[in-house]
Amino acid sequence: MKISEIQSILDAELICGEELLASEVFTACGSDMMSDVLAFVKEQAVLLSGLVNPQVIRTAEMMDMKCIVFVRGKKPDLDMINLAVERDIVLLRSELEMFTACGLLYKNGLKGGSGK
Amino acid sequence: MDSIKLHYDVSGNDFTCAGEASGKIKRELKGLGFPNDIIRNVAIAVYEGEINMVIHAGGGVIDVEITPECISLDLIDEGPGIPDISLAMKEGFSTAPENVRQLGFGAGMGLPNIKKYTDEMVIDSEVGVGTTIHLKVFVK
Repeated sequence: MKISEIQSILDAELICGEELLASEVFTACGSDMMSDVLAFVKEQAVLLSGLVNPQVIRTAEMMDMKCIVFVRGKKPDLDMINLAVERDIVLLRSELEMFTACGLLYKNGLKGGSGK
Repeated sequence: MDSIKLHYDVSGNDFTCAGEASGKIKRELKGLGFPNDIIRNVAIAVYEGEINMVIHAGGGVIDVEITPECISLDLIDEGPGIPDISLAMKEGFSTAPENVRQLGFGAGMGLPNIKKYTDEMVIDSEVGVGTTIHLKVFVK
C-alpha cells in the first residue's frame, strides 16, 4: 500500500513528506506507549499514535518507520514537524480514533507485526 | 577500517532533546555501511539508554567504539544508581514518574529492551554514585 492510500483511507491531512507519499509500506502498528513500540514492534513502517511529543518522531526514526499517523485529530508542533522533515518521515493527521483508523487500514490490506 | 571512537554528551534538562545522540550514532553507522538490522538494534538500545539517562539520572555521556566486527557502547551517568539491578531488569518494573509515562515512556521495558537488542550487556551501578551500562553488538 502506498502512503498516499493511507492518507486517502483515513481521510487524513498531510502535514509533511509529500515527496514520500508514493513509498510502499506493508505493515503498521498503533500505540500511545513508545516503550511498547520499541519493545514489541519489528519491521513496521507505519506508526499510528495519539501521543504528540518529539519522542514519537525519534521512536519512529530508531525503528526505521516511514510514516506516522496522528489519530484523534492530534496536532504535532513545528519542532516535531521539522524533525520529521529532517528524518524523511511522512506525518499525517486523522480525526479518526485509534481503533477505527487501525481497523480501516487492516481491512484494506495493511498488516500488523509479529511482535516479539 | 580502524577503530572509530565517538563521544556524546546527553543533556538531562530537556526531555524533548532525548534521542539526539542516538540519532547521530544511527546516522554514523549508516554512513559507515553497517547492515540495517545491526544499525536498528544499536539505535533502539542506545535510545532506550539515553531516555533512561534523561529520566532518571539528569543526563550523562555515551562513548562509542566502532570496529568492523563490533559496536561497543558505554552509557555513563552520575545519577542515583540502581539499588536492585535484577529487579530493574524485570519487564514492567519502573520507577519513572507519572509525567514521564504521559510522554509514552516508563513502561518498565527500557533495560529489558536494551538486553534484547544487544549481544552483551553489563550494568555497573552504585547507589548515590551512578550507573554505567556496557553494551556490545556484534556484526555477524
